[in-house]
This record gives sequence, structure tokens and C-alpha cells, in this order.
Amino acid sequence: MRDATYDVVTIGGGPAGMAAALAARQAGADRVLIIERDRELGGILQQCIHNGFGLRKFKEELTGPGYADRYIEMVGAAGIDVWLDSTVLAAEAGGRITCVGPTTGLATVEAKAVVHSMGCRERTRGAIRIPGSRPAGVFTAGAAQRMVNMEGYLPGRDVVIIGSGDIGLIMARRMTLEGARVRAVFEIMPYSNGLTRNIVQCLEDFGIPLYLSHCVVAVHGHDRVTGVTVAEVDADLHVKPGTEFDLPCDCVLLSVGLIPENELGRAIGVSTDRITSGAVVDQFRQTSKPGFFAAGNVLHVHDLVDLVSNEAEIAGRSAALFAKGVFGEATHERAVIAGEGLRQVVPQRLSTLEKGKNAIRFFFRSKAPMGPSIIALKTEDGIVWDRKLRVVKPSEMIVADIPVNRFAKASHIEFVLTLDEHPEPLEGAVEEEDA
Amino acid sequence: MGEMRGLEPISSKADVVVIGGGVVGCAIARELSRYRLDVVLLEQAPDVATGTSKANSGILHAGFDCEPGTWKARLNVRGAALYAEIAEGLGIPRREIGSLVVAHSDADLATCESLLARGRENGVAGLEIWGADRLRAHEPSISADVAGALWAPTAAVVCPFLATVGFGENAIRNGAKIHTECGVTGLVTAGGRIVAVETTRGRIEARFVVNAAGVHAADVARLAGDDSFTIHPRRGEYILFDRSTGALARSVLFPTPSKVSKGILVSPTVHGNIFIGPNAADVDELDDVETTAPGLDEIISGARKIVPDLPLQNAITEFAGLRAAAGKDFIIGESPIVKGLVHAAGIQSPGLTSAPAIGEAIAEILADLGLKLTPDPTFVPVNPHRPKFTEQTPVEQMARIAADPLAGRVICRCETITEAEIVAAIRAPCGARTIDGVKRRVRAGAGRCQGGFCGPRVTAILARELGIPVTAVRKETLESWLFYARAGLEIREDIDA
Repeated sequence: MRDATYDVVTIGGGPAGMAAALAARQAGADRVLIIERDRELGGILQQCIHNGFGLRKFKEELTGPGYADRYIEMVGAAGIDVWLDSTVLAAEAGGRITCVGPTTGLATVEAKAVVHSMGCRERTRGAIRIPGSRPAGVFTAGAAQRMVNMEGYLPGRDVVIIGSGDIGLIMARRMTLEGARVRAVFEIMPYSNGLTRNIVQCLEDFGIPLYLSHCVVAVHGHDRVTGVTVAEVDADLHVKPGTEFDLPCDCVLLSVGLIPENELGRAIGVSTDRITSGAVVDQFRQTSKPGFFAAGNVLHVHDLVDLVSNEAEIAGRSAALFAKGVFGEATHERAVIAGEGLRQVVPQRLSTLEKGKNAIRFFFRSKAPMGPSIIALKTEDGIVWDRKLRVVKPSEMIVADIPVNRFAKASHIEFVLTLDEHPEPLEGAVEEEDA
Repeated sequence: MGEMRGLEPISSKADVVVIGGGVVGCAIARELSRYRLDVVLLEQAPDVATGTSKANSGILHAGFDCEPGTWKARLNVRGAALYAEIAEGLGIPRREIGSLVVAHSDADLATCESLLARGRENGVAGLEIWGADRLRAHEPSISADVAGALWAPTAAVVCPFLATVGFGENAIRNGAKIHTECGVTGLVTAGGRIVAVETTRGRIEARFVVNAAGVHAADVARLAGDDSFTIHPRRGEYILFDRSTGALARSVLFPTPSKVSKGILVSPTVHGNIFIGPNAADVDELDDVETTAPGLDEIISGARKIVPDLPLQNAITEFAGLRAAAGKDFIIGESPIVKGLVHAAGIQSPGLTSAPAIGEAIAEILADLGLKLTPDPTFVPVNPHRPKFTEQTPVEQMARIAADPLAGRVICRCETITEAEIVAAIRAPCGARTIDGVKRRVRAGAGRCQGGFCGPRVTAILARELGIPVTAVRKETLESWLFYARAGLEIREDIDA
């Protein structure tokens, strides 16, 4: 058995793990390790061969592998240890990590601080209970993306996509470019669940119809998929009788949501946010378990990798400071409430504020699409901060850097999202979404 | 699309041909492999356990509800006892967790009392009537309005896939042959007796044929001119929940039964998941295993009568299976029309439980019909132990990785299944040939992500181990290929050539 001791270990070597490891080194952690189960670093970026990554972080448009490569180079130059082809079996409270790999064998690592950066997985057909038969040809969009872009095989030639999540939209374009026919994208909600730019660039530019308020009520086929039955749904998401129609296809791709892969967190009993399915963290991204930090899609599912990197930098730096004893376990003394109009907020807790810190970044998602809106911070003193938003979609995260002096002494911290009664004509977006 | 894997040539003659690679056929082949006989099992699909054996409740029933004196009553109790004896040696996961028939009313309790009396007559040990308090103490998630229950401590859960594979592998280790992708097209008779079986892969001379073809058993019988029974496929739908919900039920929870079925239950699986189901719907087609929205709603509302708070958000898959319903009892015995044709048909619940006992019964019947059963002294009743990586100690794990680095590569992250375990499942006798076959044997892809992560990796491993292109890897059925070559790839190969 191989044994080792590290200041900071990140579990997962995708964008979050790499950025956290780098930040930990920069914050003075001497010994930093990334444990990655795949054969290379980069995580899901390696199969995202389309462009659109890095506009904020690197001020240029990169592909997924391109974005990963920037970080892989930085990780290599920073003196960070990397174990590839290694899977973490357990990470116990106190920082003892057990992992396994063909070359490392069974190894234990003692870590002073651990960053959970395991990413997320795709919601499956079973989770949303699509009835019908179970032939070959039904894939989650991400699994199909890996087969096309990394292994070089096509999951189908005549495709229907269920759900309008970003991976589904990207795969609609990708399959079209590979010569497949993409019949339609069906979204059960009355609004799309992907970034606007993906609706435009992946569907509209290729003439692929997007059916809102529609769901697939049956998958057909014995050996391979032969078709689906689709129906319109009402406002309560119930099928409207008589609206069913059949569509032939040989492949169904699912893009119906992502779920944080937080099993290692749950296994040690970190408090979990029922809405995000990730850990409850403070502004340092420390969980309820001392020395365990979380960042990226294992914490809450992001839209943009650039923001994953940013968040992971917070977690990596905090982990390094924890390892050095600069600060201790999370106090989680104040709850941050996602109030009216908001589905979620991260961080969900505030611990004792750090001296010299001027602003804290919060991430939000709205409950529903809204036009011109105002996001505001309410404390016991009333509204202490607000900002106008031109447009709001649940699929596009709202990011706000809020000056600490607005809420430094507040005991009640609640964000609300309301319609803007007096929208101003705006030039360009004031919100943080990517154009 | 992809070309077919080169299948080994089939036998040209046998002492006994068993038709059907479900749990019953495999248990029969395994029982017959104790004797000096040439036994050949034919399965039309690429793998065993692809029909009823892959989509059922996975329960070893205690045996209290079968009418005394029937095949069902006798074989259920004997089968349950046999599993207790042989499951571990055959690598069949089994957990004796007991079952409860949950009563909501005095009338239900009266039914439980009569089941208890019937169970004692059938020889079922340990039956008790429990009051509501004891039931609630045992099952904290149970509905508040329960009146009591019938407790059967000998009921167990079992892995129905590994039961089938365990019997099949042991049969092969003891000299039987299992030919997959081998559909039966004709039964040849001469003078009212079976003389040969015609298959999609050639003819096999045999004087005895055992019909264990599940929902297809009546069709097989008709190939020999025997129309003495019919099979009515009765579909049952299920919802399977993530292992994180395992605390929902400790034992198998039945409702008080109706006349037609044991009802919609809530039960742990042997692997620690929870499932609900099945309903019962008569269907026309022998391959109609579609789930339906009304059917899933039916089992959800049925299960809620037992456990009100179902974690529906933790559902990981839904599936349906067909029961081969024929009549009140199993159809076991020689055809009334064709000599040498022996039926093991109409095997609905408790068929999984009865399977090894059906094997014994069929062997006795064949002996009575003149087949000479000479014990084979080389018979080995167990399969080599293939421990799960996660169940080994660190020292064992280290030794295993040192001997085979693939034992250190986790392919399925949800269930922590290593590449070595997948390779072993493919290379074993009665080995996996498909994605679903791998899933059934080692659970790669059976967890919460349902193969989203490991699917492409298992595909690559199957292609490598079977020596076939990725485009020839199948999900389950004969033509269930998963992937196409990318357009243009052939052209590039042409240029290279």
C-alpha cells in the first residue's frame, strides 16, 4: 500500500479540481495532490470539443480540451502531484483518503484539507420515468458526446432529444454535423433549459425545432429504438389527452438535468442542500465537516466553466489556509436565504468574515423565467443592496459580488428576486451572463 | 451493421436438449449435469436470463400461499431449502430477510390467519402473526393504518440474474453445453416420439427434450404438435430505487393477497436497493415489456398503501417482465401427446424459488421415462468463488491488484466495479456477451447513473474481450447494436489501404 501525506488533496481533476489545486499552491500549500479517475486531467471538458469556453477567464474563445490544456500546463508547472486512473473509495473525516488504481494500487493519503471536486452526473431516463420499452439507442447526451467526440462512434442516425439542457443542445448540433438527422428537441417546461446562445447556435442555426411544453410518453422498439410517442403537457405538466403523436427515430438522447456527484460528501455526513443536491457551504466553500471544501458542479451545477474555475479558486485557497492553520472549521453562523423568486443560493451560510475582504460572490438561480427584474438583499434593516437584471432564466446563473459592508453586521440575510416595475432602457447586459 | 461474433459450432446430438436459458432451464441443465449425460441447453437470445428471469421480484418465497398438494406448494418449499444449501457455492447472492404480509383490516388479518394455517400444512417454518406495534417496530416506514402482519422468517431475496448464471455456469463446468443465439425452429418426431430438435444453427438429435421456454413454452410445444396448454403473458411493472433508500424496508412487504396475484409489494433487493411492483396486466404479445404511465401510477399508489413516503425522486429505473401464466399450477411432466417431450411450463410465481426443485423433479421424470441417470463422480457442485472487490479486505485487494492491475481500475463508479471483475464476467463459462449481460453479472451500470459513466467503457471492454468491433457490441437482444461507425471513417480506411 502506498501512503502519502499532503496539505491539500482535490478529489477529481476536472476544471474545479485543477483550479482548486492551483489556488492552494498559490496560497502557500506545499504539497498538493489531484486524484483523477480518468486517464487524463480535464474531466468533462475533454469531450466538449465545441468552442465557447474561457471568454472570461482567458479573454478568448477556447474549446473544452483547449481550456483544459491551459490548466493542465499550469498544474504541471506548479509542482502539483497528479494521480491519474485512480478512484477514491473513501475520504473519511479527518482527511484520510483511500483510493485505488492500476498503477497506484490501493493507497491511503493523509490530507490536511480536502476539496471535493467530483463534478456531476446526468439525470437518467429512469429518474424521470419515461415509459415504454428499453431498446438500444437511448443514451444520456453526455455519454453520447463521449462516444462521438472521444471514441469516434455515433449513437444513432435519426435522433430525438429529450430535454433542452445545454448538453442536449450541443449534441443536436454535433449529431447534425456528423450527418445524423435530428428531428426535434422536446422540453416539458414552457421555457428552455439551456443557455440562449446554445438555443440560437445549436438549434435555430440548423433548423431544428424546439417543442416547449412537450414530453415523450413512450419509447418504442425491441432491438433498437424505432420511435417515440410525444404529447403536449398543460401548466401542471400533465399530458393533454389527444395531443399525442408518433415520431420515428433510432436514437433518443436525454438532456434532463445534472446532479452533483456528491456521494463522497454524503458518506461522511456533510450537510446537503435539498435543492442543489450539493453540500451546504460558507463563503470559503467549507462544508459542515471541518477541512472538507467543495467547488464546481459537485457543489451546484454551473453553466460556465469559467465560473467553476473561479469558485474552485476560493475553495483551493481556503483549503490551503485551513491546512496551514490560518483558519479553522466553518462556523456557518449566518444562513443565507434564497427568498421570493429564487430557487437557490450558494453559499448557503456565512462564517466569520475575513478581514480585508471587500466583497463576497453569490450565485443564484431563479425559480422561473422573468423579464426585467431586481435582485435585492434584505436584512433586518430593509433592502441594503439591489441590482437590475434585464432578463432572468432558471438556466442562466445570476452572479453577484456584493460589498461586505452592506451586510457585515446583519443577522438576517435574504435575497429576493422581483419584477422590475420601472425597467430602464439598457444598453447591453448588466447581469453576469455570458453573451 | 456490425458483423456477428463467430459462435462455436453446435452439438449434433445430445441425451437431453433443454430449451430455454432462463432460471428454470439453467437449473434443469445444472441438475442433469450431475449425471453422465450429454446435456445441451438452447437459448435464442445472446445471453441467459433475458426473459422472465431478468424482470421479476427476486424473492425466495417462504411457501405459505400455495395450495397444498400442488407442484407449486411442493417445489416452492423444496426450492427455498435448496437455495439455502447451494446458493453460496454457486455464487448466487441471497439474503434471508423474512417477509411480512401486511394487514390493514380485520378481514386482512383473517386472511393472514388462513395463510398461516396453509403455510404450516406446506411445511413452512417459523410463521407468526404480528400485531401492529411489533410490525411498526420492525418497519418504521410502514403506513400508520396497519392492523398487523403475517411474519415468515424463511423468506429471502436473491439475485435472479446470478441465480440463472450460477446454474448455467455450473452446468457448463460439469460438461453441459449452452448454445446462445440458437432459436428452436422445429421439433422432429417419429412414431409419436421426439427424435431431434431443429434450430437456427443446425439440427440436434435427441430422445429427450425439456421445454423450459417460459412465455414461449406453448409455441415450442406446438412445434411438436402438442397443443395441450396455452400461455398467457401477464405483464408486471416495477420501479427500482437507489441504494440510498435501502432503509425504507427491512423485509419483503406484501399486501394481503388477492385471488390473482400476490399484489404490489415494497421490498429490498439482495443488493440493498428498494423496488416496488409488480402490477398485473394481461398482454397479447410475448415480447411486450413496455412500461406504461398508468401502470407506473398503479404501482406507486399500490406501494403507498404499505409505505406512504416513497422517495420517487430516487427512482433509478423502471422495467416490466412477463409472467408465463398457464393455469393454477405449474405444468410439469411429459407431454400428453409427444413422448420424450417433457414440459417445465407455466412457471409463474413461485418459479424462481422453485427452479432448483424443478430441476430435481425433471430429472426424476426423465428417469421414469427411461433415461439412465448414472452419477458422474467428477461432478463439482460449486463454482469458483469470485469475490467482489468492494467486499474484500485491503490486504486482499492489494494482492489482487498486484496480480492483475485491472483489479485496481474502477469502471463503474456507482457500484464500485473494477475492470478485472468485468473481464472475469465475460471470460467465465456462461459469460457475458452484451452490455446488459455485464450489468446483470457484476452490476456495472446497475447503479444510480444507469451506465451513463461506465457505458462507453464497458462497450470498449466487451469489444476487446470478444474480439469484435465496437459497432458489433449489443445491449441485449440479437440486433440491439449500440453504435454506428462515424460517417467518413470507412473512406479514410479506404485511403489508408
